[in-house]
Amino acid sequence: MSETDITQLWVYLSAKPLTGLTITLVAYAIGFWLYQKSDRNPICNPVVIAIALIALLLKVTGTPYATYFEGAQFVHFLLGPATVALAVPLFRQTETLKRALPVIAFGVLFGSLVASASTVILAWALGASPETLASLAPKSVTTPVAMGIAENIGGVPALTAVCVIATGIVGATLGPMVMNMARLKDWRARGFAMGVASHGIGTARAFQVNETAGAFSGLAMGLNTLATALTIPFLWHWIFG
Amino acid sequence: MIAAFALILVCQLFGEVVSELFELPVPGPVIGLVLLFVGLLIKRKPPKVLTDAADNLLMHFSLLFVPAGVGVVTQIDRLKGDWLPIAAALIVSTLLTMVLTAFLMSKLLPRAKPGERLEDGQ
Repeated sequence: MSETDITQLWVYLSAKPLTGLTITLVAYAIGFWLYQKSDRNPICNPVVIAIALIALLLKVTGTPYATYFEGAQFVHFLLGPATVALAVPLFRQTETLKRALPVIAFGVLFGSLVASASTVILAWALGASPETLASLAPKSVTTPVAMGIAENIGGVPALTAVCVIATGIVGATLGPMVMNMARLKDWRARGFAMGVASHGIGTARAFQVNETAGAFSGLAMGLNTLATALTIPFLWHWIFG
Repeated sequence: MIAAFALILVCQLFGEVVSELFELPVPGPVIGLVLLFVGLLIKRKPPKVLTDAADNLLMHFSLLFVPAGVGVVTQIDRLKGDWLPIAAALIVSTLLTMVLTAFLMSKLLPRAKPGERLEDGQ
């Protein structure tokens, strides 16, 4: 096949939703395979690998993001139902929740506010634009919710998605090390903090390290999703008008 | 399985409608999450098809982030312009939140039972 043939074939294929969908699944499968090969090293995050591979492919072929997204939207759509489904793991933690409800509620609100306030203040002090600030503010909650919040307060959802994923990876890789340095040894507190600061990616990491940490992380992640979604938009509109 | 998936979608749809109707800043799926959680609390014993459907959806939760993440290609200019505040917020704020929250919880939670603490040499 000559180069023009390949180009024409790509022009034809890239216009089909099937291509974007297939590329997404194949790239993620490669990322997940590498992740397992690396003994589940959080640096080999399958999401990062998949995003890098697809971004590279789009760049090399000169395909616009919108064309890719026509196919990828079928995967993207599932974020909504998956967020609703978080009610099930949260429900499994009902017993823990009942035993220490005031402490847990306070901890989640504290973590949620520290996460967004420290992010916004730090980024503002370093001169970030208003759209970047709004995109960064909800970075510690799971992507679909963070994107929804960012959209509501004038951020850029695509930038939020990238920042949320990066937050998860920072928390999962560096978090345990920093908590060791701070001599924090309670598995429940460590897991809880992972869930609050770095959502699902942190929770996945916490489960690998210790079962108790994982359960507390999942609980904190679910509650933080609620706390942040229920507080940040109101606070933001109240402070910035 | 279909019924369970339908139930999840109904919760989400309800959430979207409520969010839109009352102009709430809370995303529809979060309201759907609360609705389903309250439903589970009332029902106490969730049907296995529902928990299976939810577990399946969440098993590869991170795959669902990929299409939005690829959107980074449309944000290169913004990332270049604001790289320092973004990098600082991502690293400093995330680790600060984690250490402060872990410290607070280790003080407030009831005393850890054996096995709930990281032992030296572990």
